[in-house]
Amino acid sequence: MTDDAPAGAAGMTRTRTATGPADGPDPRGRARGARRAGRGAAPRRVRTGSRWTPYVLVAPFFVFFGAFGVFPLAATAWASLYRMELTAPDERQWVGVHNYARLADDTFFWNALANTVTIGILATVPQLLLALGVAHLLDVRLRGRGVFRVVALAPYATSVAAATLVFALFFGRDHGMANWALGLAGLDPVDWQNGPWASKFAVASIVIWRWTGYNALIYLAAMQTVPPELYEAASLDGASRWRQFLHVTLPGLRPAIAFTVLVSTIGATQLFGEPLLFGSGAGATGGADHQFQTLGLYLYEQGWVNLHLGRAAAIAWTMLLILVVVFGAVRVARALLARRESAREGLGHARSGRSGRDGRRR
Amino acid sequence: MRTVRAGWGTYTLLTLFAVVSLFPLVWTAVAASRTNTRLAATPPPFRFGRNLPRNVEIAWTDARLGEALANTAVVAGTVAAGTVLFATLAGFAFAKLRFRFRGTLLLLVGATMLIPPQLGVVPLYLLIARLRWTDELQAVVLPSLVSAFGVFFMRQHLGRALPSELLEAARMDGAGTARTVWHVVLPVARPAMAVLGMLSFVAAWNDFFWPVLALTQTGNPTVQVALTGLGRGAVPDQSVVMAGALLGTLPLLVVLALFGRHIVGGVMRGAVKG
Repeated sequence: MTDDAPAGAAGMTRTRTATGPADGPDPRGRARGARRAGRGAAPRRVRTGSRWTPYVLVAPFFVFFGAFGVFPLAATAWASLYRMELTAPDERQWVGVHNYARLADDTFFWNALANTVTIGILATVPQLLLALGVAHLLDVRLRGRGVFRVVALAPYATSVAAATLVFALFFGRDHGMANWALGLAGLDPVDWQNGPWASKFAVASIVIWRWTGYNALIYLAAMQTVPPELYEAASLDGASRWRQFLHVTLPGLRPAIAFTVLVSTIGATQLFGEPLLFGSGAGATGGADHQFQTLGLYLYEQGWVNLHLGRAAAIAWTMLLILVVVFGAVRVARALLARRESAREGLGHARSGRSGRDGRRR
Repeated sequence: MRTVRAGWGTYTLLTLFAVVSLFPLVWTAVAASRTNTRLAATPPPFRFGRNLPRNVEIAWTDARLGEALANTAVVAGTVAAGTVLFATLAGFAFAKLRFRFRGTLLLLVGATMLIPPQLGVVPLYLLIARLRWTDELQAVVLPSLVSAFGVFFMRQHLGRALPSELLEAARMDGAGTARTVWHVVLPVARPAMAVLGMLSFVAAWNDFFWPVLALTQTGNPTVQVALTGLGRGAVPDQSVVMAGALLGTLPLLVVLALFGRHIVGGVMRGAVKG
């Protein structure tokens, strides 16, 4: 969402300079201003009540936000510097960075980090590719399109717990449906619970099942903002459906793709319910050999099974740092890419690509 | 929407997608209607059996799904109402009013969407432990009342749908803030409020990590907490586990069947925004 801004920024400044100052009482800009409001450009603002009114209106949100959002996050850093047991949190003992130093030597931590990345990739990449495909299928004139769209959200409406319990049965070693189907195809059964790769794949498949339809609808929404004239022009030029997808649809989807990648990445780092319940009896270890223990699950194990809250806080803060580093790296990579692109555009000045991007905003 | 018509290939693939999306849910019901012995046999059952009432009854009482459903309805209902109320007020201010620090505050709201709340659980847990709220429903309601997504959702809708002239006219007529919000803002905001309410309800119903920490299966469970108990061996009978999963999912599937179009619209609208 927030990260959406850079992708749209180029087009936005262009429109804004064309309309003049967005904030002024400009009758010409009103209709356009209304449409632009969602894109973050400022519409005309008014006053209501006293000068305190706006603050009163946003206050309830920020009170809860402070108490249950900002405070816990900040206090996590504080808690991570203590030895603190869940059973007696008041008898805490200052240990400085000991909890972090310990993590650096902790094979289970590194294992959980590696598992989180692996499962994250196994879950996110196929999920988003499938979602693109489904969205493309839905982006035509279709009988019963409403039904297909609602059905696409059924897995999203299914809770992590319910979905994982069913998938754990599907992936049962001895009588699960997955192995039964493999047997029908003449293949050997797979130990979905204990195999280091098989179990990660199984956990990832739960995520894929739950979120593909949701992401497909997001892509579909973005596809529908692509003006039909562009497709008409492309097909007049003799572009096949596949080439239209590559050269007309995909460029229009860039903000949506950035958004879904961002949300899926955050979701992947937080993976918890799936590995917790997929291991059924094994509890919080993420399999007998920790083969699918994620960082979220390791945090839970340290804090609420082994009762070391200080260590759990150190894991949480480390996860936050990892996210910040990843986002930072993406930002830098994007800025570099944008610079290269603009240099190239400057050379071969505004041909096909530019017209596509402007059209989308019209 | 493109003018291309769907061919049979499109229908085939979409039907396949629909089947994959629905099969685990249907099979949950199938498994819930069988016995544990039948589920531990090959090939897996594909037709309904007769054990559904018995399994549902055990799940309802032994795994406390009955109480859990009532608890979850309270939690999700309160969270949805609170989220909609706070998000509408804040969204209106951010969309239409001029005030200092507006940009900064909005940026702060946006930043929360990047930071997973899960990372604050240790202090949050200490906080509710101190308040003696463990196993109390307010422990899972209060932290969920703030939704940055909700604020952006309402801000986007009101920025587009609420004409500033209307607000100015209300001001000329001498309407105060409360009257303006009640008579001018709310009528315009209502459709988006309904959609946000549904999305928040679904999210709160399925909320997992924090409820599992804050509530226990023996105390005051929500559906997800009760299902976690089931998954971790509270009842050894897999057909009962499936009956629990079915009970916990069914209410949302009903919501989806009734209001699916609006929820689809909400997901699609929430995504295109900047």
